Amino acid sequence: MSSKPKLALYWAASCGGCEIAVLDIKEKILDVDAFFDVVFWPVAVDFKVKDVEAMQDGEIDLCLFNGAVRTSDNEYMAELLRRKSKIMVAFGSCACEGCIPALSNTTTRAATLDWVFADSPSTVNPDRVMPQTATETPVGTIELPEFWETVRSLEQVTDVDYFVPGCPPQAHQIWAVLEAVIDIMENDKPLPPKGTVLGAGDKTCCDECPRERQEKKIKGFVRIHEVIPDPDQCLLDQGIVCMGPATRSGCGGLCVAAGVPCRGCYGPAPNSKDQGTKMVAALASVIDSDDPEEIDRILDGIVDPIGTFYRFSMAHATLGRVTIGAPDSSGNGGES
Amino acid sequence: MTVTTEAPLREPAVVSSEWRPRIVAFLCNWCSYTGADLAGISRIQWDPSVSIVRVMCSGRMDPTFVVKAFSMGADGVIISGCHPGDCHYQEGNYKTLRRVHLLKRLIEGFGIDPERLKLVWVSASEGDQWAETANEMAAKIRDLGPLEVGS
Repeated sequence: MSSKPKLALYWAASCGGCEIAVLDIKEKILDVDAFFDVVFWPVAVDFKVKDVEAMQDGEIDLCLFNGAVRTSDNEYMAELLRRKSKIMVAFGSCACEGCIPALSNTTTRAATLDWVFADSPSTVNPDRVMPQTATETPVGTIELPEFWETVRSLEQVTDVDYFVPGCPPQAHQIWAVLEAVIDIMENDKPLPPKGTVLGAGDKTCCDECPRERQEKKIKGFVRIHEVIPDPDQCLLDQGIVCMGPATRSGCGGLCVAAGVPCRGCYGPAPNSKDQGTKMVAALASVIDSDDPEEIDRILDGIVDPIGTFYRFSMAHATLGRVTIGAPDSSGNGGES
Repeated sequence: MTVTTEAPLREPAVVSSEWRPRIVAFLCNWCSYTGADLAGISRIQWDPSVSIVRVMCSGRMDPTFVVKAFSMGADGVIISGCHPGDCHYQEGNYKTLRRVHLLKRLIEGFGIDPERLKLVWVSASEGDQWAETANEMAAKIRDLGPLEVGS
């Protein structure tokens, strides 16, 4: 058993979907178990952090790390697993570019905590009890991790070897990656160059889209719940904001085939770093107007440009986090 | 001109204790750059805080260039092209017009005053307009103060 390569999976600030996506490879999980010795996987097997701490540096052969880095604990685990692993993979959109957790970079830590623990309609907390890093109790001190102001991707915290994008990565892509890794390890083949994006395409989502693009110009944007889109036409041609042109291929065009616009989960397209500004360029070219006032009226149909264009890549936005106007960011200056 | 370094623009700007704005101006080759050139040969003075980058067409302006300039220390960005209808490539300036309108909304969302991004039309014969634009923008950025990105 000890001669098998060691595999670790970990979740940081994530929803758990990436963990489930690994199980979506179905019976092939048995092949994974047959080849690897799973040494750490909190969602599935009962090993503790102290077991990882006790390992030699580089003892784990492959670590699939999903989730963004939101707390001091996330950061500790990212650095610990990096040290203990030969190959560190940012697995899923959160680890790659921040994904949904990083959308809180559009507001402040204080505003996030206020909303989650006190102000949201489903919360009853009249005394505004907030989580503390240390709480004294009769039986000792209870500790919680520090909650950072800004959410970061794995790459922004520690050294990453490979990236597997997607929210979550699609099962066939996960299996393709694992199969390739098994092949490399079994047959002593060379690893791909460091920094390679695995389990994804090298074009944009449009390349996999089954819809027909006619490069129409539009006089207004509509949201997906306001119309029943034509099943064969490009969604952008129909005035629906679709992230396809700014998003990496790899998913197989799942959303667009189902009549829902691409949300951008496979991250920026190859050779582009900023998904949002690429989307600005793509959207601006479908607007049918040369009149500044009309252009503004058309653009009013795009609700929440940052949340739409950077929904999955906010941690890697060129402009960083949203700058909150007042120098004192501890108040409720959450409006951006 | 080839830009080979990724060093922040801000560093060489601090020559005295007084803050001087950094404004990056992207000028199209056919109208605006020639217009700025005319301002030069006509010996019209304009604010030295404006640094010019020549692009073939204002339509070449990828919005990424603008956010990259802001993230690397620019306090303001000017994009200048041919007047509507006069574009050397027929409609590059219209493309930029649409992009800039959307880009202003995006940078405002990031907490950057949209007035820090200015789109103007300057023809090859409008050297004085170019100088006026540069001076107006420099005055505006001095009023707005230094830009802090991502804090």
